[in-house]
Amino acid sequence: MTTVESPGAASSVLGAPVLEIRDLSVSFTTEGGTVSAVDRVSLDLAPGEIVGMVGESGCGKSVTAMSIAGLLPSSARISGSVRLRGTELVGTRESVLRRVRGKEIAYIFQEPMTSLNPVLTVGRQIGEVLQVHERMSRPAARARAVELLSLVGIPSASKRVDNYPHQLSGGMRQRVMIAMAVACGPKVLVADEPTTALDVTVQAGILQVLRDLRDRLGTTILIITHDLGVIADVADRVVVMYAGRVVERAQVTDLFAHPLHRYTAGLLSASPTPGKHAGTARLQEIPGLVPVLSSQPDACTFADRCPAADSQCRESAPPLEVVGTGGALAAKDHLAACWHPCPAPRTQPQETDL
Amino acid sequence: MIRYLLRRAWQSALTLLLSTVVVFLGVRALPGDPALALAGEDRSPEALEAIRHHYGLDQPLPLQFAQYVERAVQGDFGVSIRTGTPVSSMLTTALPVTAELSVLAILIAAVLGVGAGVLAAVRRGHPAEWLANGLALVGLSVPHFWLGLLAILYLSVATGLFPASGFVPLLQDPVDNLHHIVLPAVILGTGLAAIIMRQTRSAMLDSLSSDYVRTAKAKGLRPRAVITRHALRNSLIVVVTIVGLQLGGLISGAVVTEQIFGLPGFGKMTIDAVFQRDYPVIQAVVLLTAMAYIVINFFVDLLYSVIDPRIRVTGDPA
Repeated sequence: MTTVESPGAASSVLGAPVLEIRDLSVSFTTEGGTVSAVDRVSLDLAPGEIVGMVGESGCGKSVTAMSIAGLLPSSARISGSVRLRGTELVGTRESVLRRVRGKEIAYIFQEPMTSLNPVLTVGRQIGEVLQVHERMSRPAARARAVELLSLVGIPSASKRVDNYPHQLSGGMRQRVMIAMAVACGPKVLVADEPTTALDVTVQAGILQVLRDLRDRLGTTILIITHDLGVIADVADRVVVMYAGRVVERAQVTDLFAHPLHRYTAGLLSASPTPGKHAGTARLQEIPGLVPVLSSQPDACTFADRCPAADSQCRESAPPLEVVGTGGALAAKDHLAACWHPCPAPRTQPQETDL
Repeated sequence: MIRYLLRRAWQSALTLLLSTVVVFLGVRALPGDPALALAGEDRSPEALEAIRHHYGLDQPLPLQFAQYVERAVQGDFGVSIRTGTPVSSMLTTALPVTAELSVLAILIAAVLGVGAGVLAAVRRGHPAEWLANGLALVGLSVPHFWLGLLAILYLSVATGLFPASGFVPLLQDPVDNLHHIVLPAVILGTGLAAIIMRQTRSAMLDSLSSDYVRTAKAKGLRPRAVITRHALRNSLIVVVTIVGLQLGGLISGAVVTEQIFGLPGFGKMTIDAVFQRDYPVIQAVVLLTAMAYIVINFFVDLLYSVIDPRIRVTGDPA
């Protein structure tokens, strides 16, 4: 892959990036050999920006997210760079990373049931972060936990603070996770599939909480999901990952209006559009599975599943760059790693409320 | 909570009564006639009849049982057929020995076992884990009577660090008492520690790979807080269960160790009673063992609800 990367796409508009990820690669040593999970991923997060990261299971989204604050198991080999406002995090000592985790970079995970400790009250679990990072006393931390719980929209927070996770509903638990994550006012919030385990109405509420946080506290949010609906709902920009690589990066509206990479196009046509698929038409599936790679080949890893693949795709990896589509050039911050990008849509892209 | 306690007390009483019936009938179903054993040389029918009458063995079983229960409730377990001493006084000398030995052994086992188990789980794949696993294997596979003999040989006979046998009551001389009981307690504790260690280790490995531990790490907590507050607290149910079971087993099961170290405990008393068909003693022993199990189980259940809020005790029969 030739690095024609133009790092930090939308950062110029919104100021210096909070988080700069450069050429991040992660591989795991397993009993079955080496597995390459992430391959030279670069991404900038601007202050107050919500970036969506999307792709199928096993495409390296979560590994990328976990590697940001060094949360991967010791079997992971990480190279590249992750800078938090200029401070390098890759290869940094644990004691330094501990001060970053929960304070500067906070996480929300997919399963709020299993991600909360079943034997501690939610107040205690939220208070813990404050005790560690803000040196608060236990009573002070508890009082602050009540405020945080009301901030994320939990009714009668002063009662709920003494509840155990099993006494709360799924949506409430996820709100507790969010309260815990934002307790110390982190610069970056990484939300790994925050709504996947929740039903749709609850999901909308959680996304609203995240949007509020960005609007009120200016938190930068990296939201990881396989649900394009979530992306369309909250994200400003979107990064599409496939087999450990970023294959497309664009403003949300651009991506939905005109996907360039064949994989993105496949993902979009595998999601239902109101009206279009009602009744007869079946959703298009992408044949095959995401490959598990022991090493990253100099080829397009999507070639085997791609309808437009030819010998060029199998012989050299396309760089992530601004690509021309039949004469017309895409938006300058719309990048794709594809030798044969999708042609511009014949009809004018329909106005959506994305 | 009160309702739960009452319900448990009622259940316990019922269990106790049932075990009494079973023991009472079981002992009498054993082959061998105690009157014959007692009669010695004089086995004339008249002599046997006199013995049976003296001990109430000529009365119908239900009546014998009723009398037995009535007296037992008042703390009177009858008189040993063999020695003629009241069973209750035999118990008051034997029980403290075994209780002390058991509690001390289980404390040693819990500290060693939980410590080594946590270490083995946290230092997975490091030499510390191999060492802990190796020691556990040794603790499990080496019979403790042999370990006891070695200890007596090297620590008592050769160096004189500890007395080889005997017992001094705790109230009489606490220091001397401890001196006598430490060695058997350590020997007994090591085997139990091995089991606790293995259980703790696997429970900890489970907790350490859980999502809430990942959350705890993502919060920036120190490893110590992650391990103790988050992983270990969630592993404690397993530890408490296994410790409770072991403690119950120890009350009646420290026989071999008691024998080796010449401790006048419960186990020794039991063995003697069984061989002599000493009905009153056997009955009392089994009854007390059953009671010990019931009490321990009760406390284990209470501890569960302290450890894990999802197991909250209520009055509802669920």
